[in-house]
Amino acid sequence: MTADASPPAEHGSVEVRLEDLHRRYGDVRALDGLSLTLAPGELVALLGPSGCGKTTALRILAGLEEPTSGRVVVGGRDLTTVPANKRDMGMVFQAYSLFPHLSARANVEFGLKLRGVRPGPRRARALEMLELVGLAAQADRYASQLSGGQQQRVALARALAFQPSVLLLDEPLSALDAKVRAQLRDEIRRVQLEVGTTTLFVTHDQDEALAMADRVGVMNAGRLEQLDAPQVLYAAPRSAFVADFVGLMNRVPAEVVDGQVRVLGVALPALEGSVDRGRGVALIRPEQLQLVRTPTGSARVVAVSFQGPVSRAQVRTGQGTELVVLLSGSAAAGLAEGAPVDVRVDAAGLLVASS
Amino acid sequence: MSAARSPRRSARTRLLVFRVTVLVLTGAFFVIPLLSMLDFSTRVFGGDGRTGAAWALLATDPLLRGAIGTSLLLSLLTVVGMLVLLVPTLVWVRLRVPRLGRTVEFLCLLPLTVPPLVIIVGLTNVTAWLSYLFGDTPSWLAFLYVVLVLPYAYRALDAGLSAIDVTTLAEAARSLGAGWFTVIVSVVVPNIRTALISASFISIALVLGEYTFASLLNFDTLQVAIALQSKSNAQESVAASLASILVAALLLVGLSFISGRRRSGRAVVATAVAPTPTGPAPTPPQEPR
Amino acid sequence: MGQGDQLSRQFRPARLLPVLGVVPFLGYLLVFLVVPTLTVVVGAFVEDGRPSLAVVRDLADPAVLGSLTNSLVLSAVTALIGGMVGALLAYAVVTGPADGALRRLVTSVCGVLAQFGGVTLAFAFIATLGISGVVSVWLDQNLGTGLTSSTWLFSLKGLVLVYAYFQIPLMVIVFLPALDGIRVQWREAAENLGASTGQYWRMVGLPLLTPAFLGSLLLLFANAFAAYATAAALVSQGNPIIPLWIRSALTSEVVLGHANFAYALALEMIVVVAVVMTGYSLLVRRTARWLG
Repeated sequence: MTADASPPAEHGSVEVRLEDLHRRYGDVRALDGLSLTLAPGELVALLGPSGCGKTTALRILAGLEEPTSGRVVVGGRDLTTVPANKRDMGMVFQAYSLFPHLSARANVEFGLKLRGVRPGPRRARALEMLELVGLAAQADRYASQLSGGQQQRVALARALAFQPSVLLLDEPLSALDAKVRAQLRDEIRRVQLEVGTTTLFVTHDQDEALAMADRVGVMNAGRLEQLDAPQVLYAAPRSAFVADFVGLMNRVPAEVVDGQVRVLGVALPALEGSVDRGRGVALIRPEQLQLVRTPTGSARVVAVSFQGPVSRAQVRTGQGTELVVLLSGSAAAGLAEGAPVDVRVDAAGLLVASS
Repeated sequence: MSAARSPRRSARTRLLVFRVTVLVLTGAFFVIPLLSMLDFSTRVFGGDGRTGAAWALLATDPLLRGAIGTSLLLSLLTVVGMLVLLVPTLVWVRLRVPRLGRTVEFLCLLPLTVPPLVIIVGLTNVTAWLSYLFGDTPSWLAFLYVVLVLPYAYRALDAGLSAIDVTTLAEAARSLGAGWFTVIVSVVVPNIRTALISASFISIALVLGEYTFASLLNFDTLQVAIALQSKSNAQESVAASLASILVAALLLVGLSFISGRRRSGRAVVATAVAPTPTGPAPTPPQEPR
Repeated sequence: MGQGDQLSRQFRPARLLPVLGVVPFLGYLLVFLVVPTLTVVVGAFVEDGRPSLAVVRDLADPAVLGSLTNSLVLSAVTALIGGMVGALLAYAVVTGPADGALRRLVTSVCGVLAQFGGVTLAFAFIATLGISGVVSVWLDQNLGTGLTSSTWLFSLKGLVLVYAYFQIPLMVIVFLPALDGIRVQWREAAENLGASTGQYWRMVGLPLLTPAFLGSLLLLFANAFAAYATAAALVSQGNPIIPLWIRSALTSEVVLGHANFAYALALEMIVVVAVVMTGYSLLVRRTARWLG
């Protein structure tokens, strides 16, 4: 669900640049030189484990925290020393951010009221935004009368009501349950595409990041490890951390000789970022492995778990390595525990990390 | 560019200045009378220097000694009475008759809305009967004191029971074969130790500081004795007042540091001394990150 | 499975048995709380064994009305002072670390001081601002005041100052949970939407805190109105406030011609406190919905 290179929306999306941001708390480096550029109208997701600095980066962009060094440039303006309430950005928090004493409509009108919009146009605009997120009928309800998903939708309407130049989303789906999360994920992306605002989205859930973003930035320990389109990130991880963090990864002992990876009985080209030579660990996706049922197979099936459209098989090789293999329904049919199999690799190249 | 250099930092400084000012000023307001008491009770009138004579009297003056003993005994009786009345009732309500939970809460907090004076005025029949029954000892004051400490003890015990999820523990114990008595004595009580201590300490503090009932019923408890003594030896009264406030302070401040787990401990102490008749016990909000 | 079946099931003996466990508690409260209150309410309307409004009418005596006014004014003023200062102090505490030593110290000290009534408090202030009080002497020597020869401490003005000593801590204890309920996200969301500090407080912070603040003020009012010990210890003669009238009524045989005048006075107290506490519980419910 990515946007192709389309012209920016009518009210002019802006470019956002984070330049070499550092943030230190005493000895702890929350951000260690983060540089990131968001193209106008783009949705970039910052993905990483807790403590990696993604939320810190977002809050610095919002003006809720100050960097130890570095710059924040939005639409060509240096906003580093501009207070948060003057930055013209809309933010959706993880939870609890609707003002409880105001109705949904009044919440959405809040930013407009502060900007001096008259009551008539204000009301109209608020209703327009609530319709955009599908909650026009709940305009007079209060936060305590709305479900978690509904509250976040109101929060989104509120953040966008005054047409901010940047939209910030701080793990907006983390506090919701699975089904609502999936629905809301598509909602948010739809709205963002329709309005065309440059958006920074922070999450620890890779499914969200991969599904929603134009580009995904994987962060680790205050640094940006890789910033690419989701498909590129998944298929061509440039470091072991990214490979491991995004999607499931099998780690199989291998050897690199002359730019070729020797693993599981085959030789394949070693991808950029691999160990130069010698022993290492080849990173193989579960869907890059295939099982061939043969009585002479050196590997044994340990367990098969049915997951609907696909099945996941745990297999132990003759050398004792545990592998996870993704199988289609038909390939998994009748596969029993203890069955002998051969494992085949189906990939153009493999990344080899150091062991 | 210095004005806009760090807007958040200047906001933080303003806040810090505000906090320090408020804390220092209010701190002074509250400490000065206490220091004055110390000064007053150790002063040598018509001369210089300090004397501990008034303080020494605390231990030797028979009136005060008797009163301290009476008050301590009353504290003990009140604590026992409160525990015996409240603990089984609260546990029972939670486990067997949860529908009555709100009613019991309302009743326990009712004494807050009925001024002690009113109780005294309306109790003349009952007090006459009680003094006939128990004679001239002030010990039956404990019956009244239990009502007085009820709201505070209830808050402390309720917070403690909420924190340990009594129902689940009881169900687990019952499924393992325990009878109700075992459940209450061996499962619930050991787990609400902090709340029990909290309720007891607060009861003791309240009884030591109680004046209304005792004076209007003409008993010589600590506070009454202090008031009586002021006519003959003001310094001794002031010394005794300071001593009693320090003891109560030690009890309650020590309590907040005894309570092991910070979250439940704070809730227990805070709710125990907050006389809010309705509303949930305050729990710290979970801040998602 | 009709209605009749359900009703009879509700009242079957086995169901009622657990309820019996609460009976001792209910009985205790009945004797020591409910009966006295009812005695007062009923007794105020009885004269010589017959229903009458005579005793209650004594409440309209100018001296008594004057004391009522004093009581109400004293309670209102100390509630306001305690409310304002206490709210500021609570804010100063809540903006620090939640588990910090400062917060725990202030909370427990306030817990002590809020109960610090009566005799001990009276003597604390006598030692400070009384005729030979430490601060009185100092002020007289350095600022030329006449405190060492005045009895202002034992008048209403003195009571206001003394009551503040336990009203402020009480406010801190009661108001702190409400301040805790203010989520940091609201402040940040308001900032992000363009609000300055002043606008945040005007449009979000104060509206949210107002029910809690007003409720706390009411609680402080009721607390001051019902307070007896402090005034009793400071004021040995005269009845400037209602609780002291009750003392007179209880300690002397005949006051204003009716033996059970104390009942009428107590009834007056019940009415005032009940009205105030009803308002309080209504406000608390609103607070709990927003800040709970």
